[in-house]
Amino acid sequence: MLLTAMPSAIKGDSIFYRLSFTSAILIFLVLIGIILSLIDGGWLALSEFGPGFVFRNVWDPVNSEFGAASAIYGTLVSSLIAIVIAIPVGLGTAIFLAELAPDWISRPVSMAIELLAAVPSIIYGMWGLFVFAPWFSEGFQFWALENLVGLPLIGHWFDGPPIGIGLMTAGIILSFMILPIITALTRDALKTIPNVVREAAYGVGATPYEVITRVLLPSIKNAAVGAGILGLGRALGETMAVAFVIGGANRIETSLFMPASSISSTIAQQFNEATNEMHISALISLGLVLFVLTFIVMGAARLLLRKR
Amino acid sequence: MPVRKLKNYAFIGFCTFCALFGLVVLASVLYSLVGKGVSGMGLHVFTELTPGPGSHGGLKNAIIGSLILTALGILIAAPLGVMAGTWLSESDKSSKIAEALRFLNGMLMSAPSILVGLFVYKVVVVTTGSFSGWAGAIALAILALPIIVSTTEEMLRLVPTTLKEAGSGLGAPRWRVITQLCYRAAGPGIITGILLSVARITGETAPLLFTALNSNFMSTELDKPMANLPVTIYQYAMSPFESWNELAWAGALLITVFILIINILSTALPRWIKARKAAK
Repeated sequence: MLLTAMPSAIKGDSIFYRLSFTSAILIFLVLIGIILSLIDGGWLALSEFGPGFVFRNVWDPVNSEFGAASAIYGTLVSSLIAIVIAIPVGLGTAIFLAELAPDWISRPVSMAIELLAAVPSIIYGMWGLFVFAPWFSEGFQFWALENLVGLPLIGHWFDGPPIGIGLMTAGIILSFMILPIITALTRDALKTIPNVVREAAYGVGATPYEVITRVLLPSIKNAAVGAGILGLGRALGETMAVAFVIGGANRIETSLFMPASSISSTIAQQFNEATNEMHISALISLGLVLFVLTFIVMGAARLLLRKR
Repeated sequence: MPVRKLKNYAFIGFCTFCALFGLVVLASVLYSLVGKGVSGMGLHVFTELTPGPGSHGGLKNAIIGSLILTALGILIAAPLGVMAGTWLSESDKSSKIAEALRFLNGMLMSAPSILVGLFVYKVVVVTTGSFSGWAGAIALAILALPIIVSTTEEMLRLVPTTLKEAGSGLGAPRWRVITQLCYRAAGPGIITGILLSVARITGETAPLLFTALNSNFMSTELDKPMANLPVTIYQYAMSPFESWNELAWAGALLITVFILIINILSTALPRWIKARKAAK
């Protein structure tokens, strides 16, 4: 009995092991496949324009002249606007949920914030275009044109057409999208701090403000920075929400009210209309640039968030 | 003293304002989604095909196409993801390969979805020579895979070692211990992971743009371009036609409601299964 059972058991084990190992290796193969296909598809443009492709500020499908600078600028600036808004607001919300609000408030509010994360990006895009942009144009841009343009250093950011869409709108919509992840990660980090720490700090007479900013926040510094970088990584690669509201102009402008383009929105808007090979290849090279950008940012976030 | 108090109140005020800010955004999104979505909603949305420019119609082909693409994507990703997660959970703690794969899985999870679309375009669309439902399903599968892998691994790691030892002690080979004991114990959690990945991929638009493309016809043939809700919503929302915009909002409402239901199921279903098991 045992003698006949043994070999089949070993065989079963080895089949199962091979199946599961092959599936696991598939993760590696897909990732390598993504990199190789981006390099292969972008090769034509990269060899034509050289490494300078990244810094060339020209995007002219008609004359087949391409450079990534304007798309990279749009991606970086919109993502920066997003984290400049989302990090303080997300941190504030996380503190409210974990430290200040009673359970009967923080539980439903937490759920609502998580709901915000479940809404697909295309809906943020539509909402941004149809609801937020008109409001932003009337509620903020006209006011900014009258009152902020004169400011030194930052005045020219607001010197543009008050049409509601553009670089700043894209950044704001992105900030709404990454708000939930920043909130959730920092809230969870705050909750891992043992209560004795709080009790000790309150015990010596500190106010909630002092307890949170001098005791609790320093101890979750890594997690908070990691959450911010993770949010940045999300913002860099987000496509649909940006494609709706950024305006689709491949130019570098100092005004944040001007239409612009991010890497992903350029690919989404032009890929199916691109007819000549150089245009397609230039778009895929943009994809490669985006991949490298997100890989660096996400790798950094993962290292910071790794549990030790 | 008053300065400290003032600072404290300002701080609490700021944090409360931040929480309210998120709620206001959510309320505004849901309000316009329901307001504009319901007015475009009706039976015609489910029974009529996507209309030509400026005319009226429904979203029947897009809804069916999306269901097919999502189901197919999950059918591809779920077995592979569960197996990969199993390997990771069974691997040694010190295994360098497992650690590397876990890192790469995380990177795949955070790779911009539009790049997955480009990859599948190069590998499937270019080699087969046409946009197809298959290409769309594969792109969605790649997005679902890493989510299923990581939840499966986490859930299998929660299975108590004593349970496995009991199985091995009875003489069961490792694969039977895993399939008949561990999968049963971790089942509800794995199902949650799969449902979450469904919720993630149903709203995905970018990877479908150059894989499944879109179509104005009713087609269930997987080797042809396939109609789907997200791309239809994108095209209709960006168009100048009032009737198309209305349909886009109706479609957006449909997708969001579907995702909410899946999200609720993903927390309710495991509990329900556990309760049923306990009742037995």
